[in-house]
Amino acid sequence: MVVMKMKFPFQKRVKLAQGLWFLSWCATVAGAITFTLGCILKTELRRRAEVMDNSDVHVVPNTLMIVGLASLGINIFASKICQDALDAERFPRWKNMLKPYFAVSCFFTVLMLLAVIMSCAMKGSLESSLKVGLKNGIRFYKDTDTPGRCFQKQNIDRLQMEFQCCGNNDFRDWFEVQWISNRYLDFSSKEVKDRIKSNVDGRYLLDGVPFSCCNPSSPRPCIQYQLTNNSAHFNYEYQTEELNLYLRGCREALVSYFMGLMNTIGAGVLSVFLLQGSVLVSLRFLQTAMEAVAGNENTEIETEGYLLEKSVKDTVMEFIEPVMQFFLFKNQVGEGSSEAQADP
Amino acid sequence: MPFMPVKFNLQKRVKLAQGLWMIYWLSVIVGILIFSLGLFFKVELRKRSEMMDNNESHLVPNLLILVGLLAGGVSAFGGKVCHDSLDPVKFAKWKPMLKPYLLLCCGFNVLMLFTALLCFLMQFAVYLTLAEGLKNSIKFYKDTDTPGRCFMKRTLDMTQIEFRCCGNNNFRDWFEVQWISNRYLDMSNDLVKDRVLSNVEGKYLMDSVPFSCCNPGSPRPCIQHHLTNNTAHYDYDHRIEELNIWSRGCREALFAYFSSMMNSIGASSSSPSCWR
Repeated sequence: MVVMKMKFPFQKRVKLAQGLWFLSWCATVAGAITFTLGCILKTELRRRAEVMDNSDVHVVPNTLMIVGLASLGINIFASKICQDALDAERFPRWKNMLKPYFAVSCFFTVLMLLAVIMSCAMKGSLESSLKVGLKNGIRFYKDTDTPGRCFQKQNIDRLQMEFQCCGNNDFRDWFEVQWISNRYLDFSSKEVKDRIKSNVDGRYLLDGVPFSCCNPSSPRPCIQYQLTNNSAHFNYEYQTEELNLYLRGCREALVSYFMGLMNTIGAGVLSVFLLQGSVLVSLRFLQTAMEAVAGNENTEIETEGYLLEKSVKDTVMEFIEPVMQFFLFKNQVGEGSSEAQADP
Repeated sequence: MPFMPVKFNLQKRVKLAQGLWMIYWLSVIVGILIFSLGLFFKVELRKRSEMMDNNESHLVPNLLILVGLLAGGVSAFGGKVCHDSLDPVKFAKWKPMLKPYLLLCCGFNVLMLFTALLCFLMQFAVYLTLAEGLKNSIKFYKDTDTPGRCFMKRTLDMTQIEFRCCGNNNFRDWFEVQWISNRYLDMSNDLVKDRVLSNVEGKYLMDSVPFSCCNPGSPRPCIQHHLTNNTAHYDYDHRIEELNIWSRGCREALFAYFSSMMNSIGASSSSPSCWR
């Protein structure tokens, strides 16, 4: 049972070949764009790698880069094939390569679609990675003398200023960690000793935030310390104060930034996928139409083109059978040799 | 007596016309480039116009935009003439216009060189405007309730954060102005009253800077207040402390930014006029 049979008179074949040539060059450019988009996404993710706990989300840009490069190759090949397609002498040399070529192209096109789906589905993984990464970042903020964590403070400060956010969920996360290093605390002072003793773990906790949480849009100079003490500042009420600090948490800010980026890239790659798919379908029609011409003296006869010779199920079985046989053969050899050893 | 006569056979004429046609179309692209550089410069000046008291001169970017448009137009016309030059019928209709066109081209080249020269010379004016504008910005930092100056605080904070600078010459400029509005000062407090009375003009001055002067690269949490008082902070010496706040003044930072932009624009607009 042939899938999608279509008649192709000579003129239609010529038009198909010309259109396909143009389409394949467009698809080549689109493949290059996909690769670039993958690189951009990877660069952005690497820039914020210090506040991410794991790199699971990197599978999206890696896949995009692989698919972009593969798409470049596939489409350059496609343009070469359709250039030779209308020439009855040159076309037969492509004959043997076309079946594996189509298999590989279909695989990479499906991978492109998977990349698009993954870019939308990775939100949960990204969020949990950021949750742990930011928690550690805030915990190690004060360790500017520990090798490997020297720049944690600078990174968190720059992150908070750039994304206009404070803390993990909100600014209260800073109340739960000691973010001032012991090197800058006067242990002979009564106030410091009281505060440390009042805490089970012996940490110096205070209701203050770093300067990078300050919102420049506030009409009054920034209030960083004694945030929950209304009497410490003139005309200040922390329950109604909104503009003093950034209210948004950095996790929310980063997730919305990266999801926005990935959704935009996903939309672009989806259109590339559709373009690539149409190239492959047109090429298959051209190939089958030209194969019917082969051997005929008159190259201008009308031929039929189709997508698949047998039904979808049969074609899939046809591809999988050699692979299955290879594995089964290996098993049979293993069984045969173990039987031979068992017999004395 | 003709000046610089040169013999031209047909082949040489054809090559000359083709070469000129290419050069004219390249000039059109360069004209578009100069136009976009002028536009970019204008946008940057408008972005920072609050720091310059809205007094900055837009002469240079306006001239660049004009020159870019003219370059595009003149070169496109020249290209069309070159294209028609080897066909005697088409060329005849351009003949009367050529002399005034060549004069216009010479004048235009002079204008382009003048614009490039201005790019280098106007930097001094930008420096003076910045000095005056920043002084006023710091003065009006606290006036977040005065119409027309509501956003001065936000703009100055964002500028100090973006350009990594503090104050006009350096951070001590903040010690000389009252940058905390009276609305947030408790006038019934003795400390506040003392400070206001100790000053001739009744201003609340202190040795502190706004949070936007803080350097994120400092290993310790930012010290904003009591900067000159070593005993107010543990293990702190204001004479040797370097990383706490930005040590560069904003005038120097902004000037370096604008002067590098003007230098590169001047250099890139003087080279095309040479090969025209």
